[in-house]
Amino acid sequence: MPHLDAAYNLARWLTRDPHDAEDVVQEAYLRALRFFDGLREGDARPWLLTIVRHVCYDWIRRNRPQEVVGDIDEEELRNMPDTESTLGQNPETLLLRAADRAMINRAMEALPVAFREVLILREMEELSYEQIAAVADLPVGTVMSRLSRARAMLRKAVTGASEKGSQG
Amino acid sequence: MSDAEDRQRLGLKDAASYYRAPSPFSRRLRKSLRASSAMPRRPFFSAAWWGYAATFACGALLAWGVTFTQRISTDSQLPRELVSAHVRSLMENHMTDVASTDQHTVKPWFAGKLDYSPPVVTDAAAGFTLVGGRLDYLEQRPVAALVYRVRGHLINVFVWPASGGDESMQSLTRQGYELVHLVRAHMNYWLVSDLNRSELTGFAEALANAATQN
Repeated sequence: MPHLDAAYNLARWLTRDPHDAEDVVQEAYLRALRFFDGLREGDARPWLLTIVRHVCYDWIRRNRPQEVVGDIDEEELRNMPDTESTLGQNPETLLLRAADRAMINRAMEALPVAFREVLILREMEELSYEQIAAVADLPVGTVMSRLSRARAMLRKAVTGASEKGSQG
Repeated sequence: MSDAEDRQRLGLKDAASYYRAPSPFSRRLRKSLRASSAMPRRPFFSAAWWGYAATFACGALLAWGVTFTQRISTDSQLPRELVSAHVRSLMENHMTDVASTDQHTVKPWFAGKLDYSPPVVTDAAAGFTLVGGRLDYLEQRPVAALVYRVRGHLINVFVWPASGGDESMQSLTRQGYELVHLVRAHMNYWLVSDLNRSELTGFAEALANAATQN
């Protein structure tokens, strides 16, 4: 089954529930089949992830409408305080050193879905900015700014949590 | 900022959980997909296809000189058909019927298979290489599909005769793919790819220019 792990991982992160993820993936593959004769090998991953994302958003709108905040005000985001400058040069080691996996997972799940999805598509699926723009139906510039904001938010959450942990 | 310069990576693939599909779920899904795909499907390159192609070829010989009246609108079925053809070519490992980087191999290959000669150019733009060509079937007619590659991206260029005059470039996005359309020198060009829009439109322009100069 091509790209099943990628599809499941995205659905699992967007719905934050293993059973709901299975429902979403099943629905997405059925929709994909309806469009084409079959799912075979090939570079159909971004296309499939687009369908998975659509089904996830339908699901979120139905079950947790408060999570979809409509359009995010990109201008407002730009004016939010930036944590990048205060957190040193090497965010990767910082993140790995400072936090355990369960804590990072919790911090990821706490991010708004619009930020969580660009992180998954970029860091886990390693899609290009253009592919993410197509999957998430956003301009490329927005993908880049949202991604950078998502990383800053996650770093902040993880450092905050680990500082609290070390004090207690 | 290009992808290679993305130095802000957090390494989340290792630092956070990557949830693989549980194998019982994988088995269940396979089963339910098999059940639903047992429903009748549309065959693509079937015996019927060759029937259509033969009928079309005869008809075209008799009606030589008859112009095709085709109207393309972006809200028609055509964009969906184009994306289907593109994805199918990727999925079925059926990119090309004639694999060659040489226009003098690809162009003659279409002779006798189509009632027109599609413009084939090898050096329209730097970085874009011709991979080959194949026959495809769109809007109830066989068309030439030329395949180009740039970096990792494959581009299907569908070409067939247009009835009207030149049309300026239009682009749209469908199911995550970029589509670009233009009409130049009585030829319809439709490009489909996962390449970004600006590069794809640039290539479409260069391709149509090179083709009309040939």
